[in-house]
Amino acid sequence: MDGLSGQKPAVVWALNISVIALVLLWIFPTLGLFVSSFRTGDQITASGWWSAMFPAEQTLQFRAIDPDDNRIETDAGVFVVEGNVFDGGDALTIDSWGTSSRALDAYQIGDTADLGDGETLILNTDGSYIWQGDDEQISGRGQRLFINATVPPDFTLDNYSFVLFDEDNSEGMAKAFFNTLTVVIPATIIPILIAAFAAYALAWMDFPGRALLIAAVVGLLVVPLQLALIPLLSLHNAIGIGKGYLGVWLAHTGFGLPLAIYLLRNYMVGLPRDIIENARVDGATEFQIFTKIILPLSFPALASFAIFQFLWTWNDLLVALVFLIDSSGQTTVMTKQIVELLGTRGGDWEILATSAFVSIAVPLIVFFAMQRYLVRGLLAGSVK
Amino acid sequence: MHPAVLGIITIIVGVGGCVGYFYGANLFLDKVLFPAKGPNAGRNINRANIIRPWLFLLPAMLALGLYLAYPVFATLRLSFLERLPGNQYAFVGFENYTRMFAEPKFMEAMRNNILWLIVVPAASTALGLLVAQLTDRLRWGSIAKSIIFMPMAISFVGAAVIFKLVYEARPEDVAQIGILNHLYLLFGGAEPQQWLTIPFWNNFFLMIVLIWIQTGFAMVILSAALRGIPEETVEAAIVDGANPFQIFFKIKIPQIMGTIVVVWTTITIATLKVFDIVFAMTNGQWETQVLANYMYDKLFRANDWGMGSAAAMIIMLLVTPILVWNVHNARKEMR
Repeated sequence: MDGLSGQKPAVVWALNISVIALVLLWIFPTLGLFVSSFRTGDQITASGWWSAMFPAEQTLQFRAIDPDDNRIETDAGVFVVEGNVFDGGDALTIDSWGTSSRALDAYQIGDTADLGDGETLILNTDGSYIWQGDDEQISGRGQRLFINATVPPDFTLDNYSFVLFDEDNSEGMAKAFFNTLTVVIPATIIPILIAAFAAYALAWMDFPGRALLIAAVVGLLVVPLQLALIPLLSLHNAIGIGKGYLGVWLAHTGFGLPLAIYLLRNYMVGLPRDIIENARVDGATEFQIFTKIILPLSFPALASFAIFQFLWTWNDLLVALVFLIDSSGQTTVMTKQIVELLGTRGGDWEILATSAFVSIAVPLIVFFAMQRYLVRGLLAGSVK
Repeated sequence: MHPAVLGIITIIVGVGGCVGYFYGANLFLDKVLFPAKGPNAGRNINRANIIRPWLFLLPAMLALGLYLAYPVFATLRLSFLERLPGNQYAFVGFENYTRMFAEPKFMEAMRNNILWLIVVPAASTALGLLVAQLTDRLRWGSIAKSIIFMPMAISFVGAAVIFKLVYEARPEDVAQIGILNHLYLLFGGAEPQQWLTIPFWNNFFLMIVLIWIQTGFAMVILSAALRGIPEETVEAAIVDGANPFQIFFKIKIPQIMGTIVVVWTTITIATLKVFDIVFAMTNGQWETQVLANYMYDKLFRANDWGMGSAAAMIIMLLVTPILVWNVHNARKEMR
């Protein structure tokens, strides 16, 4: 039947392979961030996330135990400190090691590092070391050790507990997550209600100027909200709302309304005329028709718009920046927090990846759970 | 007050207020203002039915008027004014515009925006069409579509972080953690590139993010349109000996042209307003400025409302043709 997927196996193969390639291309970027959010900072910088499933070579930093407490005088004037770098942990396969950050792989296992003036250090396969020198050398702070070892794949939930639950982490996402939720819920519910009534009037009530109003809604659909920033902020300041939740709720309501009215009207117009006419004949008031018949029947459209508005308000940065977030930073939302982290923690991918994923996770869950409604809404909104 | 409590109160007040308004206003109209009984019952019912649509529309019209229509005119006015100390304004005519057009950063933003407008809608629509066609008869096509549609749910900021990791560059002598540089070196690149700092080309690396997001949207709609094509037209073409490419380009594409245009214009609007991606990834540095971010810069960093509003008006001006076209189509449909 179809033009491209004919019966020839070669064509079917080519088709499958090219779709697989496209899918991989699309999922790879997100997957990278997802995998990275389960790795420690050291792991992320040591190797690309795609090799996270395999053992990787890493440089680990250790310090010999406190010499003043642990040194033993073997001969007169010769002090020795013995210990094991893997104390309390799993032993790793050591490839090479060094004692200075300028020569990380200066020595092999069994080599004796010459630290000058007779001070020496020996590192063995099992991670044990012997540090030897005179009274002055073996004192103060422990000798630094850089070990290049092959580390097995290892995933951790520490990033998430740090980003979400660590009380001392001032850049944590917990508060921003909560703030985002506070913005999103009223900003999703209120426009639906207002729009549903308006959509009903535009779909099923006859009055002069109806066509003009519908055209106006279609026009407002594409008005960039950038234009609204300064006039509305001035207005909010003038009537005393200022920057805050109330302002951002109102703004999201206003900006979401054209799409809500448009989607709902398109759907309601398609409802069977008989039901509504019969109800009218039976003496139902318009209010009853709306609440008892139209609203329940329009559930799919209401759900579509609710998902749109939810995704849009959850993912929004600009409206929150302008109408919500004040200089105190108490009302920051997740998108703003992530932009902030991109500035301050640009290299700390474990923090960035985890924070970003915390904010992405909820919309993704909603997306996969309610994809049907989302698709239906898109189709109702664009194809006529 | 705790924001959560405030939020719950808002929901109750907002929802309760809306329901109360609609219910109360209807009740008032039917029972008090024009009761459907007594000597004038017939006339009253008619009058009530004339007023009722406006009762239903009032909150929406107020919100739309205040939050979308009024700002267009207020911004237009602001773009001709200069803000003076002490909340005073002076009329300066087109000076904000001439100053803006003289700024190299603005011309850069214009150039980039035009680039975005050419590349992103075209690439997203073409890729979306390709995926829609390829997955059409595939057994696991719906899974593939789901995955390509998924970026729709990801915020621009989230996508910015995702692609920053893709573009990440590390010094030559250590392991690359950005997949792009890894592949670049694998396929013979000399040294790791800071992709986002290469003037001109970095624009395309930013556009990829938006294309990645918008392709799913295009795919979903075009896929539905492809399925709406009558089988007979395709069958007739096969009988006539058309090859797959002829069927696709000569039979299918012309039939879904209307949908393609809708998808194209919708993505064009999204592209015109692009802000978060540039704001989060480069903030307009290295010649990647776009209009929306330029406007934000002027409004909230330079505090120059006149020029910021002028920039916003430019965006509005660019949207206007699509606005007119959409309204025109909507009116045609209703007739």
